[in-house]
Amino acid sequence: MIRIAVVGLGKMGLSHQSIINAHPGVKLAAICDRTGYVLDVLNKYTGVPTFSDFDAMLREVELDAIIIATPSGMHGPMVKAALDKNIHVFCEKPFNLNAEEARELAILADEKKLVNQVGYHYRFVGTFQEVKRLLDAGVIGDISHVLAEAYGPVVMRPKGSTWRSQRDAGGGCLYDYAAHPINLVNWYLGMPYGVGGSVLNSIFSKETDDEVFGSLYFEGGQSCQVSVNWSDESYRKMSAKISIWGSAGRIIADRQEMQVYLRDTAKIPEGYLQGWNVRNITELTEEVWFYVRGEEYSAQLDYFVKCIEEKQLDNVNSFSNAAMTDKVIEMMIADAAKGASVTGDKAVPITRERRKGFFPFLSAN
Amino acid sequence: MENLLFGDNQFFGVNHMSEEKARSQAMRFQDINTVIEVLDNAYDEGIKTFMCTTHERIELVCNHMRANPERYADYQFMPCMPYAHKYANAMTDHGMLGAIKHFLPEEGFLDVAMRSGMSLAKKDIEGMTTLLIDAEMKMFSGLKTPVIFLQNVVVDFLLGLGFNEAFRIFANHVKVRYGAEPGFITMNMPKLLDVLESLGIENPIICSNINKVGFRMSGGFEAYEKALKEKKFRAIAMSVFASGAISPREAIEWVCQQPNIESIVFGASSKGNIRSTRELVDQYWSK
Repeated sequence: MIRIAVVGLGKMGLSHQSIINAHPGVKLAAICDRTGYVLDVLNKYTGVPTFSDFDAMLREVELDAIIIATPSGMHGPMVKAALDKNIHVFCEKPFNLNAEEARELAILADEKKLVNQVGYHYRFVGTFQEVKRLLDAGVIGDISHVLAEAYGPVVMRPKGSTWRSQRDAGGGCLYDYAAHPINLVNWYLGMPYGVGGSVLNSIFSKETDDEVFGSLYFEGGQSCQVSVNWSDESYRKMSAKISIWGSAGRIIADRQEMQVYLRDTAKIPEGYLQGWNVRNITELTEEVWFYVRGEEYSAQLDYFVKCIEEKQLDNVNSFSNAAMTDKVIEMMIADAAKGASVTGDKAVPITRERRKGFFPFLSAN
Repeated sequence: MENLLFGDNQFFGVNHMSEEKARSQAMRFQDINTVIEVLDNAYDEGIKTFMCTTHERIELVCNHMRANPERYADYQFMPCMPYAHKYANAMTDHGMLGAIKHFLPEEGFLDVAMRSGMSLAKKDIEGMTTLLIDAEMKMFSGLKTPVIFLQNVVVDFLLGLGFNEAFRIFANHVKVRYGAEPGFITMNMPKLLDVLESLGIENPIICSNINKVGFRMSGGFEAYEKALKEKKFRAIAMSVFASGAISPREAIEWVCQQPNIESIVFGASSKGNIRSTRELVDQYWSK
């Protein structure tokens, strides 16, 4: 039995708690959160031991592993404290708001030979996994361009009262939404050497961004366009999509479906034909032992447990992988602050004029 | 329970195969009259039960049914609550407690105020839960709701946590307040069944994926077969076509051969598909 604690009982933490508690190889040893209320309710009805003090929990409970789902700005010290106690760590994304600290934690985890994983669950979605398999096999030839998108209806009005509405705490469309497609691009193409044309715009939020656009440039000459908006109500829920252009074909994938066009010059893999191929999640998904909200959420935690049991350390979604995404995010924030390139090659920051008054929503166009 | 129940995924842009298809369906059913037209087609095929999410647009369907009592004399709803996305999005916006408060009635009758205020203070989920159920049931007032379901995302979330008391509270409130049978939708039928048994919820109505290819039958195909064969519960099969992975004839023939299934819930948008499903069930279902 692997003894696990869950820290941070927001949307993701509670979801992780439910899934991991149902894992036959795991004993949920403790949960930890600052909100006493949530702890008391969970303790009263499920009997799980609770802590409101993270350090006290680490001192008092014998743990093999920990799931950290606190606001992103709090990840660093908690991950460090867990690694120092030789505890395997699963941490929510984005891993760290400071890319340098992310890198140091990745090195520490590797030195200590501890399993380290970050919750980029799209890497556990059947369609996106199949894209990876096709790209690694060079099926669509030389990749020239990737379009990485995500849209959904998270922030639809100016008011927001949680950490997710503040960039300093790790809130906002870039950290929360854009991190996912960027991470998939890191998986497919690796680390970009540069970024450009980054736009971080607010639509409703006062203290963070609601839409993110930008370009990523790769050593091999490939480019990537990022287009993300979490204030788009025309989507029922978050929808991430990747489109990839290659010299021998094109791949379009979202959570449900993968469409692949292969030219006659393509290395056509088994089960595929020249021309259009459509494959659906129903045939690409492996069943999970317990399902709450999508196979990928169960699969990533099951994988974490298996990696601990089998002492596998070169796992998917490692800290060093996630640190790449943290770095790209950091580069995009810096790039966006520079503003547009204008005549004379001078970059000047452009701030949108905002009307003032009693009805701030009128000024959000 | 009728052997065919009509589902509502197709009306609200839910499609497990394709986002494009989901969007085009959402556009087609933007006008509630197109939804009602499909429900009418099903009704005229003898499918008189609508198993639907408590999506806000369902209220328009309810209004239509209430306004035409003669046309829909035998019509019944099986509400599935809650419509989870509104809570999930509210949680990002307001945090967990904030989200609960957001959906609890702010003021009103003494009973509501008592249940909400007292239960928040006492960390007693019974008051809060029953209030949330009542809020979701409002739109069905005056209509027949013989079975009320708890949605899978909530059932399975609670099941994972081991928050079993919530199932008892739900079952009890639905019976007492609405004279309805409690139903549970789940992606983990064998595990849920064990828990409900241990709570003394006898012969429960459980709606879960039951299909030939084992799609989203968590706990394993064999465990499902065993439960259907050996356990006492009222099974409703959903996702029988595994989102289109199995041909209709093959899918229905297989489901109809399984023991202990009381009903199949399916969604369709065209008269032709509704009729052919009806005909396949008539052909393969041996009562």
